[in-house]
Amino acid sequence: MALPKYTEPHYRIWHYVYLFICGCVFFFLIAPLFVIFPLSFNAEEFLVITDGMKRLDPDAFSLRWYKDMVYGTKNPWGLAAKNSFFIAIFATIGAVILGTVAALGLSSRYMPYKGIIMATLISPMIVPLIISGVAIFFFMAKAGLAATHTGIIIAHIILGTPFVVITVTATLSGFDHSVTRAAASLGSNPVNTFMKITLPLILPGVISGALFAFVTSFDEVVIVLFLAGLDNTTIPVQMWTGLREQLSPTILSVATCLILLSTLVLVAAELLRRRSERIRGINR
Amino acid sequence: MSSETQKILTTDGIPLEVSLKKVERRNKLKAFLLVAPLLFFLLIVYISPIIGMLFNSVDDRMVTKALPKTFIAMEKWDGKELPSEEVFEAFYIDFQKLIEEEREGKLSTQLNYEKNGFKSIIKKLRRKSKSFEEGNYKEQIMAVHERWADVEYWRAIKRRAPSYSYSKYLKGIDMYQNEDGKFVEVEEDRRIYKKLWVRTLKIAFYVTLFCFLMAYPIAHLLATLPMKYSNLLMICVLLPFWTSLLVRTASWMILLQQQGVVNDFLVWIGLVADDERLVMMYNETGTYIAMTQILLPFMVLPLYSVMKTISPSLVRAGKSLGGTPFITFWKVYFPLTIPGIGAGSLLVFILAIGYYITPELVGGASGTLISNMIAYHMKSTLDWSFASAMGLMLLAGVLAIYWVYNKLVGIDNIKLG
Repeated sequence: MALPKYTEPHYRIWHYVYLFICGCVFFFLIAPLFVIFPLSFNAEEFLVITDGMKRLDPDAFSLRWYKDMVYGTKNPWGLAAKNSFFIAIFATIGAVILGTVAALGLSSRYMPYKGIIMATLISPMIVPLIISGVAIFFFMAKAGLAATHTGIIIAHIILGTPFVVITVTATLSGFDHSVTRAAASLGSNPVNTFMKITLPLILPGVISGALFAFVTSFDEVVIVLFLAGLDNTTIPVQMWTGLREQLSPTILSVATCLILLSTLVLVAAELLRRRSERIRGINR
Repeated sequence: MSSETQKILTTDGIPLEVSLKKVERRNKLKAFLLVAPLLFFLLIVYISPIIGMLFNSVDDRMVTKALPKTFIAMEKWDGKELPSEEVFEAFYIDFQKLIEEEREGKLSTQLNYEKNGFKSIIKKLRRKSKSFEEGNYKEQIMAVHERWADVEYWRAIKRRAPSYSYSKYLKGIDMYQNEDGKFVEVEEDRRIYKKLWVRTLKIAFYVTLFCFLMAYPIAHLLATLPMKYSNLLMICVLLPFWTSLLVRTASWMILLQQQGVVNDFLVWIGLVADDERLVMMYNETGTYIAMTQILLPFMVLPLYSVMKTISPSLVRAGKSLGGTPFITFWKVYFPLTIPGIGAGSLLVFILAIGYYITPELVGGASGTLISNMIAYHMKSTLDWSFASAMGLMLLAGVLAIYWVYNKLVGIDNIKLG
């Protein structure tokens, strides 16, 4: 944003100060993520940037922590990754099905008590995680589901549904209901109408809700800490344990992989958002 | 009039009004049936356990269950003088059973909450009671320690008799109910929870403030830059937003440690001497820095979505009417962004007040919040009813803020990404 030529000098200075402040904030936001990359290639066992790394000495860099992550003996990361993906995938499926169906009902103009029901459905997102954790732990302990994958999946479905409900409701807000009526008048049954007409149109919202649900589950640690036994450990739980006990560079290799994963998710979410805006006819 | 409207019939011969109502009712039912699975799922596995916490928090049966016979015997005791032999005998029998089941430790912890000094005399009683002879338990127990002959201690036991009490809530704000039933504060050196509540509110408030101060300029920049630049810069906001919380906390731990990058840099530019490296982690500073960075996207995104809708011509109009850039900003632009400020601030505040992971890892002793105390009581002391009480107190606060949020912004207006 170039300034017009007639700008007075002190506003010009102020403008550059403003840009500088913005630059600092962006740096503050993004820079911490990048400190992880070089350190994960550290040849030493310390979590500091060694003198060798500052000189860009090739010997100071190595892949040993990545090897340790994958092949390390008595290494928890393999099991943790398997559990994390297993739990996140099933929690996402559950959250998407329950959330999408509920969002369809919520966006109907006939829905009674919309306010209070919406508040209830969104509540898992607002209630502090620690309280959700305590409550869900009590429930799972009573139901005999503590330290099982099922228990954790149910807990993550609870946490994931608000995101699906919000994103799908938002997509449905620009939805033209006459297309479903048209389908019905042409003899389609409701299920067929949903699969062939409604779902393709709201798909961007559904997928972006699914992304939120997946990331929420994949990243969630508080509730898993309450519920998990030794067999249910997940990547965040392992990181938590590692960060509390001893910071090993292996954690940074895992963190690097997670950053790459979140970059993928970001790209996917961004593409979806654009597509959804195009479908809904929002042009900015 | 009414007779005329009744004449309008559908093809089936039913009055139109009735038929329309029927359709509407069916539509309502259809909409509700769609929501029903999720609603009932949440009610069963989520809402009802939270309500169950309410029962947990007033549940005080640990002591009641541990000393059943004692409390029955105590019913007749007026509490003025030392209880009778009958009570002592019942207590001895209950206590022997506890020793067998190795539960006397829990009892002593519980009684110690009620009155200081129980821990040692219960330990002593455990040792001595092995050699007790049958009969005259009053004398024998009183001989173990002089405190057993102090009526105050027996009154303290009696106070724990009711199965339900709200004492955990009082404990949560450093109060207790004394012998006369009055509410008093605990001794100065044992007040920890009030301080923790104040600290939680303080940290949440300042984190919100810092987030606002940092988010406002960049949200403004993102909203005013041409699309191709702003999309690129938006990544700086969205990438941290999508990145795992633990990864971001880990990176702060690396940055803030004494041999970390930030300290290295400060030493290198000569701001700090090498042997006086700053302690920025395991204290409040660490919590502030890490939480601000982690919650910043939650402030930027609502602000951005509001600023995006403000037409640039408004500011131009203000300027053309003779306002200086600062006046135009303050009188025209800023008031229009207030909905975004409200949404972002409340969102960040709600998230900050219940934060657990980051304070636990970088907060040390002085930077932990109320959530950490709840987790501590859930996992270490196993005082679940106290954890429930604290959790519900926190929840009440959050719901109050949520209610304000809903009044000001509306839940439907929450936007993601």
